[in-house]
Amino acid sequence: MQSSTGRPNRRGGGPESSAETPEGRDTVPTHTGVGGDPRFDDPWYDALASGWGELDGTGAPAPVVPPARRQQESRGGGAADVYLEVQRSAAFQEVRSRYRRFVIPGVAIFFSWYVGYVVTATTAPGFMARPVVGAVNVAMLAGLGQFLTTFLFTWAYARHARLRRDRAALDLRWDTQELTRGLRGGGS
Amino acid sequence: MTGNHQMLALVLFSAFVAVTLAITTWVSRHRQGSAEEFYAGGRLFSPMENGFAIAGDYMSAASFLGISGLIALFGYDGLLYSVGFLVAWLVVLFLVAELVRNCGRFTLADVVASRMRERPVRIAAGTSSVTVSVLYLVAQMVGAGSLVALLLGGTSEAAQSWTVIAVGALMVIYVSLGGMRATTWIQIVKAVLLMGGAITLTVLVLVRFHGDFDQLLRTAAERSGHGDAFLAPGLRYGGDLTSRFDFISLGLALVLGTAGLPHILSRFYTVPTARAARRSVVWSIGLIGGFYLMTIVLGFGAAAIVGPQAVRGSNAAGNTAVPLLALDLGGGADSTGGTVLFAIVAAIAFATILAVVAGITLASSASVAHDLYASLRRPRAKPRSEVAVARTAAVGIGVVAIALGLLARDLNVAFLVGLAFAVAASANLPVLLYSLFWGGFTTRGAVWSVYGGLIPSVVLVLLSPVVSGSPESLFPGVDFQYFPLQNPGLVSIPLGFLAGWLGTVTSAEEPDEAKHAETEVRSLTGAGAV
Repeated sequence: MQSSTGRPNRRGGGPESSAETPEGRDTVPTHTGVGGDPRFDDPWYDALASGWGELDGTGAPAPVVPPARRQQESRGGGAADVYLEVQRSAAFQEVRSRYRRFVIPGVAIFFSWYVGYVVTATTAPGFMARPVVGAVNVAMLAGLGQFLTTFLFTWAYARHARLRRDRAALDLRWDTQELTRGLRGGGS
Repeated sequence: MTGNHQMLALVLFSAFVAVTLAITTWVSRHRQGSAEEFYAGGRLFSPMENGFAIAGDYMSAASFLGISGLIALFGYDGLLYSVGFLVAWLVVLFLVAELVRNCGRFTLADVVASRMRERPVRIAAGTSSVTVSVLYLVAQMVGAGSLVALLLGGTSEAAQSWTVIAVGALMVIYVSLGGMRATTWIQIVKAVLLMGGAITLTVLVLVRFHGDFDQLLRTAAERSGHGDAFLAPGLRYGGDLTSRFDFISLGLALVLGTAGLPHILSRFYTVPTARAARRSVVWSIGLIGGFYLMTIVLGFGAAAIVGPQAVRGSNAAGNTAVPLLALDLGGGADSTGGTVLFAIVAAIAFATILAVVAGITLASSASVAHDLYASLRRPRAKPRSEVAVARTAAVGIGVVAIALGLLARDLNVAFLVGLAFAVAASANLPVLLYSLFWGGFTTRGAVWSVYGGLIPSVVLVLLSPVVSGSPESLFPGVDFQYFPLQNPGLVSIPLGFLAGWLGTVTSAEEPDEAKHAETEVRSLTGAGAV
């Protein structure tokens, strides 16, 4: 898990510093001594620790072992660093840019096609009423075209995500979880 | 309507109720009472199951009865609804489904609150989620009422009221006893029934016209009395400038609203991974798209076969077009086929309403218990109480929905759903997108964006012709109508985005870089997802 303990100190010191800087190392032990740090605002952690969900995320009884919690708290700043580190890693940047390179143009295209369709239907009904084949007019073709493009976009997105993102994201997920777990385990 | 109709429909519907109650009992055998189980069904559904359940949650009475009715009455303008309802799923698929699955636990507020100060954000997001759910519930209740009016052959107020109350009571039983697992299975059963019913009717309509879609359109246009204008946009929304803007407003609300609907968002948590969430959305887009294509045939079919006059005579808003179509397709009011088909369609529509109502109630009780109660409760409340609160909240929401459903009886169901979508798009979508994609977003921005969308959209509805000032409004006697549009989306959606931006740039709080990194990494990789 992760928490925000001690983060503001570190941020004040140098937002760009990662765990490698001496300052980052100094901060964490400082907070180890502060047992019940009250400033705790992470919802996942909160949900786990404060007991208003009686079970934890996996459906197993929530771990109510104070020493483990204390340990997590003290290492919480480290977990936050892990996320910053992963965010700056080339692998993550690659996954994110693949996602964005597909999604941003995709949203732009289907949204303007839809808005264009709606606006045309309201401002140019004459054009939309123009017959094409038999009783089928431009409006009908445009409407069915919206259905068709929706199916195509869905297929393209699913394919892109499966081929270009899934594997890299899964690797990153394991790496990130290993890193956070390593932090937690090594603290004892 | 003869007694046969009623009997058969009641028998079929009772069978559905019995089956769903059996499911509820069966899935709650090994109930542990955990929040995980109650809100998310243990997160162990397969993408296909969840895809059917999403489709079941989404294809409401508004779709089955409302859209077909609008097409039967207004031709092409009704079809614009189904396009909006479908294209909206691209927003969900591209921007929301996977990321929300990775970042949250049970509700919309989980995603936002992970980066922000928790309490104010949870209260804001919980409030807006409950508001959207209640509006959506009212639409379903109205659908139930008008269906019963048709089934019992008159507008007996007592019968309608009792139906609405019975629907409310059943949904409370499903939700509070069965939680998400029972609700999901009910959605799946209902989605299969609904698709089956729609396919049967579509095939029958097409057979009637010998597979000639062109002939179907021609007959519908002729029968409607509007000629070719029936097949082009403008009959309902083409009048003056106001109604055109109204239509653009509706279109925006439909396409942006789905991604903010609490009961849709909560469905993504019932599958184990983001990949499974994506695959369930792909399944549901296939099902929903196919279904809306069929509603086009059903709507024009109702116009061509039943005729807009008869549809309007039965229910002024067009909500009963499909059952009437079924009656005619089966062979007419006095034939066995007509009776059977009518009864089946009525029972499916009932089942649809029940299932959707259960889904929304569950989502809103999650918002009440997980977001509002957890933030507002006394600090020393008993630890086991959250699920109990959710069960109680389900009852309360049921009562509110019943009361409003009785009040709003004469409004078109699809139109009411349009309002719910407008509120969802204004209050929930901006905050969701900002917190997923904007590094500089702050707590104040989140709170402002929720209220900045929620308050304008609700106030504009109250000041709109829907509530007062016109013969069709809720309170025709009084006039406090100051806003010309029926749907507030055109104004309130940009306001929601604007308020979020404004709140962020004016806030003294420095955006937390590390928490944004966490949200971004988690949302795209699934690290740390529950």
